[in-house]
Amino acid sequence: MALADNRLASDGRDRPTWFERVPPAYWVGGFLLLVMPSFASDFILFQIFGWTFILGIIALSLMFLAGYGGMVSLAQMTFAGCAGYMVAIFGTSAITDISLGWPWFVAIPLALIVAVLLGTLTGWLAVRTEGIYTIMITLAIAAAFFYFTRQNYVIFNGFSGFNGVLPPQLFGVDWRGSTAFYYLTLFWAALCYFAVLYISRAPFGLALQGIRDNQRRMSALGFNAIAHRVAAYAFAALLAGIGGILLTWQSAQISPGTAGIGAAIDILVVAVIGGLRHPIGAFIGAFIYVILKTFALDALEAIGLAGERFQLLIGLGFLLIVFWSPDGVLGLWARWRESRSRDPLLERGGERP
Amino acid sequence: MRGVIDRHPFWSAVIFVVAAVLVWMIFAVWPDWLKDLIGRKKVFLNALFNGVTLGGLYFLVASGFTLIFGLMRNVNLAHGSLYLLGGYVGYVAAEVTGLWLLAFPVAFILVAAFGILLQFFVFRRMEGQDLRQTLVTIGISIVMADLMLWIWGGDFYNITPPEWLSGPMTTFFVTTVKRSGDLVFLKYPLVRIVIFAASVVVGIGMWLLLNRTRIGMLIRAGVDDRDMLSATGARIQLVFVGVFAFGAGLAGVAGVVGGTFQSLAPGEDVRFLLASLVVVIVGGMGSIPGAALGALIIGLAEQFGSVYFPTYAVVLTFLIMVAVLAFRPQGLMGRS
Repeated sequence: MALADNRLASDGRDRPTWFERVPPAYWVGGFLLLVMPSFASDFILFQIFGWTFILGIIALSLMFLAGYGGMVSLAQMTFAGCAGYMVAIFGTSAITDISLGWPWFVAIPLALIVAVLLGTLTGWLAVRTEGIYTIMITLAIAAAFFYFTRQNYVIFNGFSGFNGVLPPQLFGVDWRGSTAFYYLTLFWAALCYFAVLYISRAPFGLALQGIRDNQRRMSALGFNAIAHRVAAYAFAALLAGIGGILLTWQSAQISPGTAGIGAAIDILVVAVIGGLRHPIGAFIGAFIYVILKTFALDALEAIGLAGERFQLLIGLGFLLIVFWSPDGVLGLWARWRESRSRDPLLERGGERP
Repeated sequence: MRGVIDRHPFWSAVIFVVAAVLVWMIFAVWPDWLKDLIGRKKVFLNALFNGVTLGGLYFLVASGFTLIFGLMRNVNLAHGSLYLLGGYVGYVAAEVTGLWLLAFPVAFILVAAFGILLQFFVFRRMEGQDLRQTLVTIGISIVMADLMLWIWGGDFYNITPPEWLSGPMTTFFVTTVKRSGDLVFLKYPLVRIVIFAASVVVGIGMWLLLNRTRIGMLIRAGVDDRDMLSATGARIQLVFVGVFAFGAGLAGVAGVVGGTFQSLAPGEDVRFLLASLVVVIVGGMGSIPGAALGALIIGLAEQFGSVYFPTYAVVLTFLIMVAVLAFRPQGLMGRS
């Protein structure tokens, strides 16, 4: 897909229209994604791409926090799981004793609000600390949520969670049908992607990046660093909540394992494999992860290893990426481009530093 | 001590009263109204003992974690994997030789050697890059968890303590009075008491090592200012390797203890990683006394929670963590 070349045309020529300013890669990628259902199978649409977009949205929320805010949070899956649970509790599910059965236009906004509240609370706790402490505290919060949902039967229905959580039949469309679900996830993924891109250039996003780089200087300039960081958590929780609701609809169920510690670490793996320097990295990482997770079984069996060694494969891949390219696949791509544009005679980079 | 009481008269009084009530609850024969209120004394004493001994185990795991963090600013999220590795290695050693005591040195040496490898090939290459180190340790823990699952499978393993340590020991704590007037004393597994005593010895030994020896002086100086220490000519890389090996070995020993106390299975690594995270967050990062206090609090909270409000036992420990974070972000014994 598009690796956005964000430079605005700033040279002396006429200002191009917005139509011309969109890089061609966006047009190609967008067109391909839009016509995908005409040639891809249901499995690819629903399982591969639906899941990629959902994981991508949740990883995007982590990318936003880590890339622009400098705060690596392992609690993003918790916010997603919280929103998924709230949709099951406020809306309809097969567990009729607990589900309140409210209509979707009440249940979904309420679920997102609860997720954002949880995210704000987590952020308020986590921003008291910095760097590596943040990882530990968010990990501990994720574990607390996991254990709480597993042990609480009154609200969260304990170990088994909720099943039969289906998207509403809006406009007479079955939104769990493969094509409809594909477009649903694509729409939200694109919306979240452009929202993050927009915010990263809006004053709020720029201030956040300033705080990431030098908090003291930004505070001296009059920015409230704590408030910016907590707001970043709230926004990231909103993204994660959207992803969580879609995830719940895709598998039609939610249980403590959905937001477990393994899942939380998987989101980190996805975001880091893709690269934290640009929002598109989250989706690239999610695509790689989903492909690996779907086909690793066959690939591993083909080379004579048991299929359950999938975790080993993922772990080794993650290690290699972190070891050699901390910027993930995007970092590899940038390095490759740089080495191509290098002038062999001058041994210097091209026009870009 | 006197200074603390002068500065915080109210909290000192509260702590004193709580301690007095606790001592009374431990030693006195409970009157009937208290029994009606919170159940039998035997349950209470068992929860107390289990909590304290579990705290000892948590201390063994968390002290290595906090020591490594304090010196190298390296959050080793593979610490739980080192714990589980030590447990498995100790299990194999005890099964092969038939000697329970031999499991401890074998686990310590092997896991410490593994720690040295980690320090040499991983952490030294990315010194000062906190986030990257943390991510690498997450990767290592994923890989190690799957490798151990591959080798040892998903079964539960239990390291059996030797004959002379098995069975209960009659303590001198009165649980109740029989109708005939005889006192009934609490019986408690001997092996847990011995292991708790051993972890107290380890803790005191670490404190002495840190505060009374030259190596300890180097480590404390490294915690305070790493660059200045290396500028004075101390061979700081050697200190790093030593501390990392010691912390990892301690996790390995804790694995043997955990395998004797409880059981070894996949997933225990994450459990103990989380436990040590919570312990050091509550106690204060990089502080050994903080790790001891945090381990005691978390162990007690877990056991009393599971006895008196079983549904929310795990949540209780996290609530303690949140409360500490909200009011004292550097931890109970941490320095701001």
